[in-house]
Amino acid sequence: MAKLLILFAHPALEKSRIHKGMIRHISQIENVTMHDLYEEYPDFDIDVFKEQKLLLQHDVIIWQHPFYWYSAPAIIKQWMDLVLEHGWAYGENGKMLQKKKVFNAISCGGSKEVYSPTGRNRFSISQFLVPFDQTAALCGMLYLPPFVVHGTHRLEKGDIELYSLQYEQLITAFTNDRIQEEEWKSVTYLNELCPIPESIKS
Amino acid sequence: MDQNSFFFQAMVYLASAVLMVPLAKRLGLGSVLGYLLAGILIGPALLGFIGNEGEDILHFAEFGVVMMLFVIGLELEPELLWRLRKSIIGLGGLQVLITALLIAAVAMLIGLDWRQSLALGMILSLSSTAIVLQTMNEKGLMKTAAGQSSFAVLLFQDIAVIPMLALFPLLSVQQPVAVADDNHTRTLVEGLPGWAQTLIVLGSVAAIILAGRFLIRPVFRIVARTRLREVFTATALLLVVGIAVLMSQVGLSPALGTFLAGVVLADSEYRHELESDIDPFKGLLLGLFFIAVGASIDFNLVMEQPLLIAGLVLGLMLLKALVLLFLGRIFKLGVDQNMLFAFALCQVGEFAFVLFSFSLQEAILPKETVDIMVAVVAISMGLTPLVLLINEKLIQPYFGTKEAEPKEADYIDEKNRVIIAGFGHFGNTVGRFLRAHGVGLTILDVDSDRVEVLRKMGFKVFYGDASRYDLLHTAGAAEAKLIIIALEPPDKRLAMIETIKKHFPNLRMYVRAENRFDAYDLMNAGMLHVYRETIDTSLRMGVDVLKNLGVRSYTAHRAARIFFKKDESNLKKLASIKDEEEYINTAREYIEELETILSNERKDNILGNDMSWDEESLIEEARSKMKEEKISGTK
Repeated sequence: MAKLLILFAHPALEKSRIHKGMIRHISQIENVTMHDLYEEYPDFDIDVFKEQKLLLQHDVIIWQHPFYWYSAPAIIKQWMDLVLEHGWAYGENGKMLQKKKVFNAISCGGSKEVYSPTGRNRFSISQFLVPFDQTAALCGMLYLPPFVVHGTHRLEKGDIELYSLQYEQLITAFTNDRIQEEEWKSVTYLNELCPIPESIKS
Repeated sequence: MDQNSFFFQAMVYLASAVLMVPLAKRLGLGSVLGYLLAGILIGPALLGFIGNEGEDILHFAEFGVVMMLFVIGLELEPELLWRLRKSIIGLGGLQVLITALLIAAVAMLIGLDWRQSLALGMILSLSSTAIVLQTMNEKGLMKTAAGQSSFAVLLFQDIAVIPMLALFPLLSVQQPVAVADDNHTRTLVEGLPGWAQTLIVLGSVAAIILAGRFLIRPVFRIVARTRLREVFTATALLLVVGIAVLMSQVGLSPALGTFLAGVVLADSEYRHELESDIDPFKGLLLGLFFIAVGASIDFNLVMEQPLLIAGLVLGLMLLKALVLLFLGRIFKLGVDQNMLFAFALCQVGEFAFVLFSFSLQEAILPKETVDIMVAVVAISMGLTPLVLLINEKLIQPYFGTKEAEPKEADYIDEKNRVIIAGFGHFGNTVGRFLRAHGVGLTILDVDSDRVEVLRKMGFKVFYGDASRYDLLHTAGAAEAKLIIIALEPPDKRLAMIETIKKHFPNLRMYVRAENRFDAYDLMNAGMLHVYRETIDTSLRMGVDVLKNLGVRSYTAHRAARIFFKKDESNLKKLASIKDEEEYINTAREYIEELETILSNERKDNILGNDMSWDEESLIEEARSKMKEEKISGTK
């Protein structure tokens, strides 16, 4: 059994349908720790010691957040700046996070097509996530492909339920060590490991 | 009555009540039945502590009914009354009309004169406001459909007493016997022509409404400013007694007058305070009234004609219940609610005693009939709690609770989610902030001037001492989610906490504290949410000073946050230390610790726990690597 830590960041969760749905689906799963950063640190005063302890207690770390300006909301950056200390997470003696898995679980308004060389956003999601990828690499962690919900503004109630269910399946699979390295290395999005009907993928 | 016998009487009444009421409640019979049993116990039939004076006591104790209607009026806002107008006039009117006519018809069949029959019908159509409302309140049924309908009918009946009293002289069979009854003969309006009487009656009703609007509130404000509770209570009593006197002087029902005054004052800021001041008097007098009813049952008469009386009681209650069931059906009450409605109102009310003595004096009914009927009325009242118990235990389960808790929750709308006690500078900041976010607030305050001003500004503010149980109760502490204790005097806050812990254990408390030591007391009283008045402000000031001295804004801000958190957690630890000596030692320790934290921050000019923004270790690592490269390079 693997232990999962969800580092959740949404400055206005009350306005997000998709994240409410996703959280509702995973909050009861065994071995999943839900850690709501904006709720815990409304003043951005992150308790570094507490955060490091939490990281040590878990095997898979997930940054769950909306995709603001091709990145994460500010508190995730604050968290990285403060918690991933030199000499603890990286550097010659910083080996505390090695071999832990980490990935982003994000929601964004645009469709998969606009995140392509010919699309409006010119780059792919994975390209935008390079800073996270490299942060993980520097800390000796395994950076997995992201879980992405595209086109959130156009989702119907039922679609949100389906995506939430997909997320739940993925998280459950991780807690049971059901996802092998060759599997996640072969996909662009982790979504592909738990397929849902094509028609709603916008 | 000399003093000794007065005290002896008082002792007998109180003792019987203290003995029987808890017993009756314990057996699930309700307090009304308890008082009635207490009356029977000390009455002529059993112990004989009281004899004929029972009737005088009854007249005196009727004042309890007057007070009850005042309190009911206070809880009623004019809009609600308007909303109930259909039930009051339709349901109430039809109930009195149909019941009175049916009873009169039966009486005529038995062979009574039509005038006597009509008088009997009118008297017996009334139900007991005191018993029904008291019992329903106790069982929490007032908000149900049956409760509201019962209230509407009872209200109509109370109003109907007035025309009945006016009608009775016309029904007189023979010349009135010359009995001097102080209760009814010496009024101001007697001897005046009809139009003048009407004018005076209407004038006094208008006077009550106008006085309630424009005179009574300023008077209460002035009295409240004295901060003397007992004077406030005296003023409240004076108001009720005064209206009662005025009403009987012009020949109106005192109960109706005080009810009207209550309605007029229902939206005033003194409503809760008035209610909690009058309530104990009302309760005791009503108790006394029920005891008197119990004592006035003439068991000798009952023993002589047991079958006749039993038949009359049962027949009467059955007839009334059937009429009520029929009307409930027409007015679309659910089956279970209709049963409750019918069972609750099928007795004859306390006004019957008044009307019987009046009809005796007007020579409408012969004394023998009245004696029997008084016993019948008293027994029917005594049976009511039992009948309701039967309905509750045997009949309702059969129908199932179809309308257990109906949606009408707006009977008392002040039951907001948050109560704020104390609306000074501290409380009103919290209050304004919460209101800006649409949180429903009930505000309690002791400063009458402030209450007045805030009400004008549209706040829902009530006057009263928030540490008192009754005020908290009427303010809806049982239903509220949390309470903000922002009172100024520290001892009042502690008193309030004790009251809440005892009576409303589920109410969450957020408490204002003056300083560290006050905060310790509050924490030791078990408070989890304690807010020191000065800590945030002084730190904010400190931050501004630091900035002015050249410290970077973000650094100063973070330093204040760390200081605050450390100080709060130290506060919690210190509060748990009760030993005086240990406290002093540790306090010094914590101050030293605080000093170290602060001096470290100053020395490093960096935030102690934010290592990542401190690049020292990175620089060190880079330098040592450079050295290694140099060494390998020279080799």
